[in-house]
Amino acid sequence: MRVEVNGKPREVAARDLAALLAELGIAGESVATALDGGFVPRGARAGAVLEPGAKVEILAPMQGG
Amino acid sequence: MFYGTELKNRLMLGTAQYPSPAILRDAIAASGAEVITVSLRREGAGGGAFREILKESGCRILPNTAGCHSVREAVTTAQMARELFDTRWVKLEVIGHADTLQPDPFALVEAARILSAEGFQVFPYTTEDLIVGEKLIEAGCEVLMPWGAPIGSGQGLRNLEGLHTMRAHFPDTPLVVDAGIGAPSQAMAAMEMGFDAVLLNTAVAKALDPAAMARAFGQAVEAGRVAHGAGLMPRRDMAQASTPIFGMAEFAS
Repeated sequence: MRVEVNGKPREVAARDLAALLAELGIAGESVATALDGGFVPRGARAGAVLEPGAKVEILAPMQGG
Repeated sequence: MFYGTELKNRLMLGTAQYPSPAILRDAIAASGAEVITVSLRREGAGGGAFREILKESGCRILPNTAGCHSVREAVTTAQMARELFDTRWVKLEVIGHADTLQPDPFALVEAARILSAEGFQVFPYTTEDLIVGEKLIEAGCEVLMPWGAPIGSGQGLRNLEGLHTMRAHFPDTPLVVDAGIGAPSQAMAAMEMGFDAVLLNTAVAKALDPAAMARAFGQAVEAGRVAHGAGLMPRRDMAQASTPIFGMAEFAS
């Protein structure tokens, strides 16, 4: 299934957000996630179903002012 | 008090644009800042080292919503930051124009209302406009952060009289001058006027020696704060001799 992860199209096997993080090798506790513009808390990732074309944002701490 | 938190050091330091992570770490330490601002960006390489610096600094984290142009972006970013940094604090930025980086006061008030209702403790980046300030307080904000000048401009306190008026208008609300400060003297001026804190980034990060500049800002903020507490003398239009005339010798021939 094709989804968009951080602005880039990707072919993934995962069907939900938790599985997607595992598939991408990202430690779940070090990032925050959003699906189609809405925040998805850690505990809700496994229940956040990915549809084809879904827009996923995976954000991490970054230098800021 | 900033949402119930007392801060001894009133310099809040941004963490962006430093020449290296090591210099960032040194600058935080040299400034004495207890609060540092951070951002959220797409997951990439090098995030681990930054997380280490944050932890090591022992500072309280103030996540920002820098770069957000809409209420939805800002709210979603704030929600993500709350989970990631485990804090209710958020520096709320809703930018109205990509070139001026001027806050969009309408979207700012709306986002502040939503976030306050969700339990966030919002530090809104705003202008010195009094009515916007009142609306932000009505929306649930207990701190206001008026700009000194446009972000990254280093122009200092561009509307000195406006900031004076704002300080007088909100005597009980903690006010932080955020953005536009270029020199320690400007940070000190804000503190002398009675502002509760100063938030800056570029002036330190882009100095030739960021750690030394961070120290200078820390000292200036402290000096300004002490001076305000001590009570500045009233300004006079005319000279007034400080040495008494009484008891002067007469040397006239």
